[in-house]
Amino acid sequence: MRTHIEFKQIGVIASKEFWDRIRNRWVLAVAVIFTVFALVIAYFGAAQQGTVGFRGMDVTIASLVSLVIYLVPLIALILGYDAIVGERERGSLELLLSMPITHFELLMGKFVGLAGALAFSTLAGFGLAGVLLSYQLGPTALYHYVGFMLSAILLGMAFLSIAVMVSVMASDRMRASGMAIGLWFFYVLVYDLLLLGILVLSQKRFSLSFFPVLLYLNPADIFRILNVFGFEEVRKLYGLATVLPATLASPWLLGSAMVMWIVAPLGIAVWRFK
Amino acid sequence: MAYNVIEVRGAVKHFGETHAVDGVDLTVQAGELFGLIGHNGAGKTTLFKMMLGLLPVTRGEIHIDGQPVRGEAFRQVRRSIGYLPESLALYDNLSGLEIMLFFAKLKDADPRSCLPLLGKLGLANAARRRVRGYSKGMRQRLGFAQALLGSPRLLFLDEPTNGLDPQGIREFYQILRELREQGVTAILSSHILAEIQLRVDRLALMRTGKIQALGTVHSLREELNLPLDFQLTLQPGAEEALRQALANQPAASVQFNGTMVHVRCPRERKMTMLNVLAALDNVVLDLHIKEPSLEDVFLGYSDATA
Repeated sequence: MRTHIEFKQIGVIASKEFWDRIRNRWVLAVAVIFTVFALVIAYFGAAQQGTVGFRGMDVTIASLVSLVIYLVPLIALILGYDAIVGERERGSLELLLSMPITHFELLMGKFVGLAGALAFSTLAGFGLAGVLLSYQLGPTALYHYVGFMLSAILLGMAFLSIAVMVSVMASDRMRASGMAIGLWFFYVLVYDLLLLGILVLSQKRFSLSFFPVLLYLNPADIFRILNVFGFEEVRKLYGLATVLPATLASPWLLGSAMVMWIVAPLGIAVWRFK
Repeated sequence: MAYNVIEVRGAVKHFGETHAVDGVDLTVQAGELFGLIGHNGAGKTTLFKMMLGLLPVTRGEIHIDGQPVRGEAFRQVRRSIGYLPESLALYDNLSGLEIMLFFAKLKDADPRSCLPLLGKLGLANAARRRVRGYSKGMRQRLGFAQALLGSPRLLFLDEPTNGLDPQGIREFYQILRELREQGVTAILSSHILAEIQLRVDRLALMRTGKIQALGTVHSLREELNLPLDFQLTLQPGAEEALRQALANQPAASVQFNGTMVHVRCPRERKMTMLNVLAALDNVVLDLHIKEPSLEDVFLGYSDATA
């Protein structure tokens, strides 16, 4: 028997989740972390080369990308891993589901609320840093910076979607947190090393034409490509030009892949939660 | 004419090899105050959850207010259901009023009813305090207030007086009585049998997932034919007179405890026993007839099954 979707119910849950994070200062804490890191990196990002100070948007974004790839997935996973399993373990899920709300609406409400909190803190944190750096930014740099912020939000939502899926599948919070940390470890630390290992070990013994596609299987890599492919110098720095053909680096294609990374885990979560 | 608000037909719930609910048939009429009693693990909470659509039935059918417990039509029914779960978990970071407003939005209830409901449950002064600082009894009152949001026509109350002090229990049943007078149906489970025996219209006794007995407290007593207890206070030294009077009542058993005496006799011998005792009005100072309690009925059924 089908039930139609009541968006109001999604809104009620989303609003509670969002304001809970505002109230417990989670949004503020994450925004401050982003602002401070962004400013520090913008100023000291080139310290390894013996200079300090703002050295242009391409270098700043390249440095920020490295930060965001570690930080945003971790924050998103921490934010979302107990969305459902936490309610289940505390016993509040039963009362919630006795209300006139479907499993789908509850799950979507949770996701939308948490995604709102994450997006708000990302925009506030990096936005404030952008405002503080704005006297040094031209229109092109500003365009890239806005693109960077939006892609950081997409990255956060992709990992939040994965976290919500974990939260539905895990039997308790302990397991959910273990799975979330494991996924962060895999996607952020292990995946690229694994690809590099395969690349080195293959020694051209078999075709690696499918190799660039493998980068699409990791939202962190998609984010990296989205942000560094536009900058010639940075692209060379990351060695991406040799690995990824320009056809696969289309922002629309990358953006769509990122959206898929949001939709697919959420779809699995909805299916399992039902 | 009263209609069946709850209709459970052949409901079965299996968790692997465990038969938590095993072929339950049950109807509850509109305006009825219905009790569900049983040992821990008897299947009461599972049956509650199935009736609320929180657990799907393995087999059988459940209709609430004429609707099966799934789908869009049941969503509308849920707007007129209040539920107080056994393990009540509320959001500690919110105030009582905020929790009420949150659930009011979900139930499409009038948000202006939140404060009056909290006041009714004695939480007016704590309405704006975070639930983290609430006592167990206050949480239970808040849970009950939440269940009353949206003027429900059907209440599911699982161990509703958990954590309430005697005053709170009295107030809870007072509110329940008022609601019943307004035509609200309530189904409640409790393991405090003395508490519900005088308050429910009918009750079901569950055991190992089945309904073992169903009816009014009176009809269940009748069905078991439990003996009556006469509690007497005698004049000092009158024990022998009583013994002699009861010598012709072989069905009666007597226990002396000083001047306090317990006489137990079959229910059908009640009037005979009263006549015997009335003849001893010079030595019996006081007489109290104790009907079997719900606990006696409960234990009686347990013994019968064993």
